[in-house]
Amino acid sequence: MTGCGGLARAIGYAAAVMLAGGCVTAQPYDYTNYRLHPPRSIVVLPPLNQSTAVEATYGYLTTVTRPLAERGYYVFPIAVVDQFLKENGLPSAGEMHQVPVEKLAEILGADAVLFVTVEQYGTKYLVIDSVTSVAARARLVDTRTGLVLWEGRRVLQQSSSSGQSNLVAMAISAAITQVLNTSTDAAHRLSPQLNLLLFNQKDQGLLYGPYHPRYNQPPE
Amino acid sequence: MRRVVWLPAVLVLTAVLAAGCARPTLYSWGQYEELIYRSYAAPGAVSPEMQVENLEADYQKARSENKPVPPGFHAHLGYLYFQLGKLDQAQQELETEKAQFPESAVFIDRLLANLRKN
Repeated sequence: MTGCGGLARAIGYAAAVMLAGGCVTAQPYDYTNYRLHPPRSIVVLPPLNQSTAVEATYGYLTTVTRPLAERGYYVFPIAVVDQFLKENGLPSAGEMHQVPVEKLAEILGADAVLFVTVEQYGTKYLVIDSVTSVAARARLVDTRTGLVLWEGRRVLQQSSSSGQSNLVAMAISAAITQVLNTSTDAAHRLSPQLNLLLFNQKDQGLLYGPYHPRYNQPPE
Repeated sequence: MRRVVWLPAVLVLTAVLAAGCARPTLYSWGQYEELIYRSYAAPGAVSPEMQVENLEADYQKARSENKPVPPGFHAHLGYLYFQLGKLDQAQQELETEKAQFPESAVFIDRLLANLRKN
């Protein structure tokens, strides 16, 4: 096998992943509600965790502020909100997700709530290889009307052998040079790349918020 | 033939990398998210004192670069000062958050009201 063969295989694999993920052929998202109720501020609740790693909730939560803020939104301080809700009788993510959104508007003054469910989070070690997976779905809800403004779901896998990783992960892996010690650290390091796919994709991700220079401008 | 395989791949990768590198960020992020991650991942390993020290250094760096710190930064710093019992600094940081981001007013006012209750 030559290096070229490996790369061609990798590109084929990446294309398959992208098609499976729906980002090539999917219809543009219907932003009708989003445009009618554009939020200025978003509170991200600690995610529900459907993965097998207990670290998923906070390992993923601590990667979400940056993409949302860089998209132009005010993002409430995740740890302060988490602590505040815990001290007010909501000890877990599950209980926080049960709070009516109007109540979150009243307590926090948030325009919208991002409900996240982490579906996969962790690394599987194989004989000569390891595969890190992060998968999440997210729902942005307007706190005044309860309307769903936006929904998305993405899956990202990265193999320790670069030939098996998808295109985005490949491009980014050059920047990730530190040794990854634990299985959930690797998933945490991969989460920002998942967030790019989830929040920033044209016609699928979040609209620009008020602090972004492109706010209220037509898409590029 | 091999060149034909390589060229599109290199172009795509270059484009992806360029798009990732060229875009300037709105905020100076420093260690804000990383510190919160570490404080959840290993409670106790990252003391409030150490977090305050790092965040204050981040803040000075952001100022020297003329870039704003991200949403939540000052509120989080205020919360750390509160944990350390430094209520004046806590209040100041919370008010700075509100001044920088008026969207935070309802929550910050609630925190300010609770600040000196205990």
